[in-house]
Amino acid sequence: MKFGIMINEGPYNHQAADSAYQFAKAALEKGHEIFRVFFYHDGVNNATRLAVPPQDDRNVTKMWQELAEAHKLDLVVCIAAAQRRGILDADEAKRQGKDADNIASGFRISGLGQLIEAGIQADRLLVFGD
Amino acid sequence: MAMLHTVNKSSFDRNTFESCLRLAKEGSSVLLIEDGVYAAMKNTTAAEQINSAMGTLTFYVLGPDMDARGIKADALIDGFKIVDYNGFVDLSIEHDSVQSWL
Repeated sequence: MKFGIMINEGPYNHQAADSAYQFAKAALEKGHEIFRVFFYHDGVNNATRLAVPPQDDRNVTKMWQELAEAHKLDLVVCIAAAQRRGILDADEAKRQGKDADNIASGFRISGLGQLIEAGIQADRLLVFGD
Repeated sequence: MAMLHTVNKSSFDRNTFESCLRLAKEGSSVLLIEDGVYAAMKNTTAAEQINSAMGTLTFYVLGPDMDARGIKADALIDGFKIVDYNGFVDLSIEHDSVQSWL
């Protein structure tokens, strides 16, 4: 079965990003497909490569990157939500005249159309948030 | 159409659980996750509502989130079924759609 996952909350806030990850991991281990993971609202904060959590804590961004790499996941960050919160890729940083970008590899910035498409293409869309 | 409702906030903090119980159709299931698991405990104000809905809805609670909060199985209201993340995935497939109450 094909799943779409939407994450509306940042890491280390409540539990939504962790719950979404555990669900995605379990679904993939059972042989299901994740069509897309869409990061919206504060969920875009999962996509920064500049976060440095304590060494004895989990690294949520890295967990997503590794899961995405192992299973070829499409991790999409909403562009409008990302710009509000200072999550930029190289193209956006240049376009906005900023001196740096911070999106983690494995994530890509795109628009809400990607969420709609996930809702259409996936058999189930699960929302994790605050 | 059977729907899986997930509730992730404590019923003593927000009213999403109450809204869920009010609007869930007969034959649907409710899965408590994250802080939502507190509503599954016996002898609280939520217990009465759950007991009266037990006949029409099926109640599940996410085991790993119970463990993280020190809630033991014997503290649960009778009729609650404990699932892990694999069970969560299975429930989302067995139902036609998933409604996340946030």
